[in-house]
Amino acid sequence: MSNAFSALQGVSDTGFAHVKEMGLVGMVTLKADLDAAITKKAVKSAIGEGIPAARGMSDGSKPDGVAWMAPDELLFLCKHEEAEGVVNALTKGMGDAHHLAVNVSDARAVFTIEARDVREVLGKLTPANLADLKPREIRRSRFAQVPAAFWMNSPNHATVICFRSVAQYMFDLLVTAAKEGAEVRYY
Amino acid sequence: MLTLTCPVCGVDACETELAAGGEAHLKRYGPGSSDDQFEEYMFMRPNVKGVHFERWRHAMGCGKWFLAARDTATLEVFGTYPAQTLEPPADILKAIKAKRPDWSLT
Repeated sequence: MSNAFSALQGVSDTGFAHVKEMGLVGMVTLKADLDAAITKKAVKSAIGEGIPAARGMSDGSKPDGVAWMAPDELLFLCKHEEAEGVVNALTKGMGDAHHLAVNVSDARAVFTIEARDVREVLGKLTPANLADLKPREIRRSRFAQVPAAFWMNSPNHATVICFRSVAQYMFDLLVTAAKEGAEVRYY
Repeated sequence: MLTLTCPVCGVDACETELAAGGEAHLKRYGPGSSDDQFEEYMFMRPNVKGVHFERWRHAMGCGKWFLAARDTATLEVFGTYPAQTLEPPADILKAIKAKRPDWSLT
């Protein structure tokens, strides 16, 4: 078995905001009927948390979280080495019910942004209305030319998930937007 | 900028997060239909200036299709509704009538 490497291996840069690639993060996608009782039970038993409300994430500061991606899709966040276990637990829990559970850890890249106000960075890159975005509300949108999902843990801390193939593009975007002296001070 | 509210995930999505899918509520004729009917389904669009029902996909979001009613000239949006709808719902028609008294669904 070869060693796992994240897309940019934890590269970071500091302008008026600190941008960092998070390294290895476990991510599992579940596509299923989220209203079905068996799905609720399977999610609960796999990760110990319930299905979040629309566009929500599971609360708390646990390393494990569940994010609502679409009416039929969830994204589980966990440690990289635990992802296969989550897939197995979900597959077992869902049984014969129509579903798809897949380990997407190595198909994604995750970035964190820390700044006095992270919207100064995000607002330059995404058309999403950041004024309406609640803490830990996941927003799927685009960053310049690539699709991305992001959420703000607090006004000072945001997490961005994108496809691994565009990780370098995303890092360059974030670093450019966070250059020293490039604050717009709109928010 | 055109902003549509995705009825599936509730996000106010900018035009650039969406993929346009052309006119909504097209009728596809089944087996035994004529070539003219297929041509009409495939190619013939009124291309109206004014109230228009359209298909959109929340491509850079939840990925789901939905329908929208808007004015093609002013970009005014009358409402969005689920894709699993065979004809414009009553509340959308009411919203259009309120703004465009002379308009009627043909």
